[in-house]
Amino acid sequence: MQRYLIRRLALAIVTLLAVSLIIFVLSRAAGDPVSLMLDEYSTEEDIERLMEKLGTNKPYYQQYFIFLRDALQGDLGNSIHRKRPVTHIIMGSLPWTLYLGLTAFAVSLLVGIPLGILSSIKRGSLIDQVAKVVALVGQAAPPFWLGIMLIIFFAVAFRIFPTSGREDWNSIFLPAITLGWYYAAANLRLVRSAMLDVLDSEYIKLARAKGVPYWGVVLRHAFRNALIPPLTFAGVTLGALVTGSLVVETVFAWPGLGKLAIDSLNGLDYPLLQGVVIFFTLLYVLVAFLVDVLYAYIDPRIRYA
Amino acid sequence: MAVNTTTDILTPAQQGMGTRIFGIIRTLRRWPVIPVILLALVLFAGIAAPWISPHDPNKQSLPERKLPPFWYEAKTEMVEKEVVRRVLPTGDPQISLEDAQAIDADAQLGQWILVEDVARAGGGSKYWLGTDQLGRDILSRIIYGARISLLAAAITLGVGGSIGVLLGLVAGWYGGVVDEAVMRFVDILLAIPLVLIALAMVATLGTSLTIIVAVLTIFIWPRFARQLRGEVLQLKNMDFVALAKVAGASTPRILFIHIFPGTINTLIVVATLQVGIVILLEATLSFLGAGVPPPTATWGGMVSDGRGHLAGGFETGSWWISTFPGVAIMLTVMSLNLFGDWLRDKLDPRLRQIE
Repeated sequence: MQRYLIRRLALAIVTLLAVSLIIFVLSRAAGDPVSLMLDEYSTEEDIERLMEKLGTNKPYYQQYFIFLRDALQGDLGNSIHRKRPVTHIIMGSLPWTLYLGLTAFAVSLLVGIPLGILSSIKRGSLIDQVAKVVALVGQAAPPFWLGIMLIIFFAVAFRIFPTSGREDWNSIFLPAITLGWYYAAANLRLVRSAMLDVLDSEYIKLARAKGVPYWGVVLRHAFRNALIPPLTFAGVTLGALVTGSLVVETVFAWPGLGKLAIDSLNGLDYPLLQGVVIFFTLLYVLVAFLVDVLYAYIDPRIRYA
Repeated sequence: MAVNTTTDILTPAQQGMGTRIFGIIRTLRRWPVIPVILLALVLFAGIAAPWISPHDPNKQSLPERKLPPFWYEAKTEMVEKEVVRRVLPTGDPQISLEDAQAIDADAQLGQWILVEDVARAGGGSKYWLGTDQLGRDILSRIIYGARISLLAAAITLGVGGSIGVLLGLVAGWYGGVVDEAVMRFVDILLAIPLVLIALAMVATLGTSLTIIVAVLTIFIWPRFARQLRGEVLQLKNMDFVALAKVAGASTPRILFIHIFPGTINTLIVVATLQVGIVILLEATLSFLGAGVPPPTATWGGMVSDGRGHLAGGFETGSWWISTFPGVAIMLTVMSLNLFGDWLRDKLDPRLRQIE
């Protein structure tokens, strides 16, 4: 277990370092930050003072270490347009992204698992057909388009939900469904095939032969084992949902980290963009790490693999 | 062809037309017919775009902007208009004397008369799927958009696939330090949130097809490498490899002539399923404004174009601008997924465990 933990932690750290290096190289390739921040009336002295302050007069590797050191201390620089520390801006948007990501996670489980069970025990029925369509659409429709379709139907044509923003209590529904659909489809497929495998096994037949009622078998015996694949998948889902909000937040003007990233991209606000990318990666890597560790703890086969 | 036992024992002469058609349908059913037809259509559209598209995809026609698809009928309403000598393009309710006299012979200058006016233009066979906010033909843009999607997918998978196969073979064959190095690199790349980094890269390096393909390639090759390595680990202990070694075959020869052919089934399946992923990624980047820059028609970019024209819903909104390109993306990816699933069942059922 210890060996596995160390390996896994090392991977997480190296991934973060790699991303920080990519971001650092990109930010320097984007141009000298000094020339971006000063106007044409600046004197030589201004330029030198700013270079001294930002550290851009030092060699690149030293700049990278300074960048890393500051990032570790929670200092990701200041936003060019908003003139505020990047960390503060990110912290303001983070709750909204988490709110959206977790709701979408709930959607993916609450839609995917029951539909998967129903479609497996009623093969070929209407509900199985519906589940098939839900799965096919979810795995093929691009989220940005799905969001627009939901807006056209439920916000513009039928006015059930607001088109965008977060003012009303029900603004969360459309973005969460858009974001959760893909993973609901994945969960549905996983649960369905796991259920079909399990329902066919000897111990289920034995339980039936013993006289356990049908629904008792499905819920007490089959369902538990069919939950393993979606649980394994949940780790991937959670990380991807948090970062997947990038596109969905743009469509619904949801004030989270994803929209912040796109806004900073369009406004060429590099310090903010860097900060958001690093922070997103941190979230992603952290969630993946925690889930892997938890999973290795539950299932010993993983840590000895 | 053993379609079923009943037809097998009948000689062709005795076999009725009905049975024969039924047999053909049964054989066809084993193929994912609709996905294959759709994919063929997309491929054809991409290759033959200049010859089959009804209009120039980038030609703007402002008087014809936001025209609805063909089934929309024009809606008219009665409007009072002032009769003037010449109608100015100010949008005021005016009608020229000439036009007014065609409706009512007694019409005078300065008079207000009731005329029938077009409230919403109808669709027609000129623009089957309507036009966008700049009066460009949506069907033509979808046809040309297929080019970008296919091109991005083909180059990304060609280059990324080759790199992945090569590194996967090498890592699996040599094992040890080489394997560790390659696979840890793969782990890192797979642990990075792709769209976000791709976005940051494209934002800095600029938007062009080359850069987008390069960025996508970086993130696609690890998926091939991981799969190929696993295959090689299984194959390298087989007898035929040992025999090849005894016969004095060189390492490259063993890798490419003996081991590689054994991995082709897996490779085809992985590649088919990755095409859909690459098309979705390219569309996502285009949607976010980090794809091939406008005015080039891309499916993702077209969906984005229509976002600001939804107000009014099905009555007066221009929902078709965003909808149709998205349908194109969805049907393409769905077909690829269905075709990939079918291939996987046929060629490599072991892969079924990996989703």
